[in-house]
Amino acid sequence: MIRVVLPPHLRTLSSAGSEVQLEVIGPVTQRSVLDALEALYPMLRGTIRDHVSLQRRPFLRFFACAEDWSNESMDVPYPAPIANGEEPLLIIGAIAGG
Amino acid sequence: MSKVRVLVGTRKGAFVLTADGTRRNWEISGPHFAGWEIYHMKGSAIDPNRIYASQTSGWFGQVIQRSDDGGKTWFQPGTPPGEPTAGPGGMPKGESNKFVYDTSGETGKPLTTHLWYDGTQHPWEFKRVWHIEPSHTDPNLVYAGVEDAALFKSTDGGTTWHELSGLRGHGTGPKWQPGAGGMCLHTVVIDKKNPNRIYIAISAAGAFRTDDGGKTWKPINRGLHSQFIPDPNAEVGHCVHHVALHPARPDVLFMQKHWDVMRSDNAGDQWHEVSGNLPTDFGFVIDVHAHDPETIYVVPIKSDGEHYPLDGKLRVYRSKSGGNEWQELSKGLPEKDCYVNVLRDAMAVDTLDSCGVYFGTTGGQVYCSSDSGDSWAPIVRDLPAVLSVEVQTLQ
Repeated sequence: MIRVVLPPHLRTLSSAGSEVQLEVIGPVTQRSVLDALEALYPMLRGTIRDHVSLQRRPFLRFFACAEDWSNESMDVPYPAPIANGEEPLLIIGAIAGG
Repeated sequence: MSKVRVLVGTRKGAFVLTADGTRRNWEISGPHFAGWEIYHMKGSAIDPNRIYASQTSGWFGQVIQRSDDGGKTWFQPGTPPGEPTAGPGGMPKGESNKFVYDTSGETGKPLTTHLWYDGTQHPWEFKRVWHIEPSHTDPNLVYAGVEDAALFKSTDGGTTWHELSGLRGHGTGPKWQPGAGGMCLHTVVIDKKNPNRIYIAISAAGAFRTDDGGKTWKPINRGLHSQFIPDPNAEVGHCVHHVALHPARPDVLFMQKHWDVMRSDNAGDQWHEVSGNLPTDFGFVIDVHAHDPETIYVVPIKSDGEHYPLDGKLRVYRSKSGGNEWQELSKGLPEKDCYVNVLRDAMAVDTLDSCGVYFGTTGGQVYCSSDSGDSWAPIVRDLPAVLSVEVQTLQ
């Protein structure tokens, strides 16, 4: 199972817990993880990536194994610890002060 | 006994304020959708328990929420969990938060750019829903005015949305440009007597009218005069802040423009200024008394550079003559040191015998007058900045 940690507002929106477990068939990539996440939680469609272009929303970032994978292609496989569920994929909202 | 339900959208959530017909003792519910911007909430006139809300965020985009029990519980009218989000062939299903501009040749004249701040053309980019307008006849029929400016329609209670692309496609779209708050379609007014007639307003493009349910549109800006645009009398490019009408006289429109309070007696075909003796005619809100079509309300704001009341004194102005002659209403409002703004969708009226008038401020106060504006009292004082106020009169 793939593990995904959502930012707090999306946990509320989806009524999911702090960590979501997903079954992903095939290569574990940004695209396949988000496809599985949105299938389980349709209300998250459009909140992490654009409905049509599937591009990441600008103020969100993806961290895998303590590295920023936000700007990688959506079809690049994530590292093994993400793919085998050893570590969670972190979806993080940008910090905004003021 | 009658009661009222006030729907308040703020920068950090939604609040529902309820009271009986005396409008003295209020119950406050919220924040709903805590931490999100709620640009607008509005209830269906024929099914008051049906309420739509625009929930939006710079981080997470647009979400449409719906309540079928008067705001007690909310849900997103999209695909239920567990159901596939793609249809046969892999095409994404419609979702309640999916607003995609129509670029097809069949349903409109697709446009891809509008005027940008630097005078260049810029692609249309969806950002958020500013205003939700339920139909007067069908609780599942609802319109959404969005940024970048376009009008969307849902016929299934907000589950799927389709652009009425004739508006962007009617010809002047490349001349529309964003105001300071973005290029937003913020006003949607449906003629109750003729649902095929809809008025909309855009900052900064102007006002438009359809007489065929949204297929075709015409600019209705003749008589508007805006000194900040190259041609002050241009067909489009005017920064209209809000438009209001009385349901019994839908051809009479009142407008708060960037500067100037305007009136039209022929469904927007021609406008004339009715600012009269207002101390300043800059402002955002305008509304009409529920029982007297000639009584209108504005909240004068000092200037476009100083978005707060003149002299730090919050005042509503009322005209009982449809404009030109204005009376200051200040009883119960702050007399000094008040530097809040009242945004364009943040005023509403109820339909009780003694018409109630409501407005919310960027300082988080929501004021109520239960005597048509003669006196005011705060319902709440310390909400997040108020973006919108609507009221439902319930039996």
